[in-house]
Amino acid sequence: MAKEKEIVKFKGVWAYYNHQPALQDINLSIYERDFLGIIGPNGGGKTTLLKIMLCLLKPRRGTVTVLGKDPCESRSQIGYVPQKSYFDRNFPIDVWQVTLMGLYQQTGLFRRYSLKDKKKAEEALERVSMLQYRNRQIGELSGGQQKRVFIARALASDPKLLLLDEPMESVDPKVQGELYSLLKELQQEMAIVLVSHDVTAISIYVDKIACLNQTLVYHGTKEISDEVLEGTYQCPIHLIAHGTVPHRVLKEHE
Amino acid sequence: MFDIFGYHFMQNALLAGLLASVACGIIGAYVVSKKIVFISGGIAHASFGGIGLGYFLGISPVLGATGFGLLSAIAMGLTTRKTKLPEDTVIGILWAAGMALGAIFIGLTPGYTTDLFSYLFGNILTVPDSELLLILILDVVILGVVALLYKEFLAISFDEEYSTVIGMPTEKIYLTMLCLIALTIVVMIRVVGIILVIALLTIPASLARQFTHDMKKMMALSVLFSIIFTFTGLMLSYWLDLASGATIIITGVVIFALVIAIRKLITSRGLPSKKM
Repeated sequence: MAKEKEIVKFKGVWAYYNHQPALQDINLSIYERDFLGIIGPNGGGKTTLLKIMLCLLKPRRGTVTVLGKDPCESRSQIGYVPQKSYFDRNFPIDVWQVTLMGLYQQTGLFRRYSLKDKKKAEEALERVSMLQYRNRQIGELSGGQQKRVFIARALASDPKLLLLDEPMESVDPKVQGELYSLLKELQQEMAIVLVSHDVTAISIYVDKIACLNQTLVYHGTKEISDEVLEGTYQCPIHLIAHGTVPHRVLKEHE
Repeated sequence: MFDIFGYHFMQNALLAGLLASVACGIIGAYVVSKKIVFISGGIAHASFGGIGLGYFLGISPVLGATGFGLLSAIAMGLTTRKTKLPEDTVIGILWAAGMALGAIFIGLTPGYTTDLFSYLFGNILTVPDSELLLILILDVVILGVVALLYKEFLAISFDEEYSTVIGMPTEKIYLTMLCLIALTIVVMIRVVGIILVIALLTIPASLARQFTHDMKKMMALSVLFSIIFTFTGLMLSYWLDLASGATIIITGVVIFALVIAIRKLITSRGLPSKKM
């Protein structure tokens, strides 16, 4: 079997936030068609990790490559779905305009969206089954529908890597299941990384799990709870999971 | 009854009102949607410093206001972003600083500053031809920049954080937007004056938002409402012999209050409210 293409590589990465280490010696490889869930407590460095991949932050030490290049050069191939949408629900914008935003890198400053861009936005909305809502104001949609639109916005640029920050927050379990099956489909074409502080939000759809609390403990493929892991930090793990989405429970690191 | 339109000063007034409405309708849509009403008020008041400087140096106060407005827009934009000071504190300080400078410059200017009041509260009946030209030029600049940066302005207004992630120079775009607000304020000085300008930046746009959730339609409606307010206010002020700027604003406030009240009445009776 041919070796899978490496999409993201962290090598000995250290990052600081207000002089406090946020990430310590992170080594991580994400491959094509990976579906990685990163869990960890708030303040554990999840956002910092995402920011580095998104070219918003430079690591103090170590190297990070996305698609073999500096993250800033690969920006157009990264799709990003932000955490809780901080947007004003009353903002005068429809689903269509929100989706087009994802094409900014392709279109460029000052330019108008081309026909090709519009076609891409249409395809992206189609894939998340939101095309029929294109003229609706974004704030009128339900939380799950809004998430779908934000996923479409990220997909519009044909990313090779899709990053989702707390995607299941304030989404009910039924919709979570639907969103996961959508992500599972998308996984055929791109690597997906999902970060969450809520371990119950990481479903069985996720193929690999890493725990992040300044240091990263990688659970790898098809890890089962009794596996002995290296690493000095522990992720606090809830041992009870509710909801219709099946979950896996990880043992504490030894 | 319509003889008054034969007068040159009235034609200029209507033309100024029309041109000012274009700028304030379009920029007002951003001010309201991005919720930067307070910073816009700050820029407006701070540009009074430029009025004073204009008097002091013996140049056109409007020209002074243009420079001062742009400068205070950039100062407010940068200070609120680059320092950890709370945004409203920074705006409050620069707001008063501009006005204080204006008062000092005017105090230093020998002689009597005749039309000072008209810069503060507007006097649309005294727009000279030269100023119409300036308003027209500023209108063209504002429209041109909005046409060029339409999608960028929309993106940073909706979600600035995401815009940064996708590689937009959001800070520069934001500063550009603030500069356009400063220019719009200059355009509005003759119509309603720097004290009242904030009402014409917010009322028409906010009213337009009641009828549409599309930014372009909102801008168009907002321009239309602004024209209605300006013309109605102008006529009322002429017939009733009231201050023009203040009458325009009160006209807007009354219409706004009526529309909101009627809509409230309709929705509370369970009738479907119509959205474009």
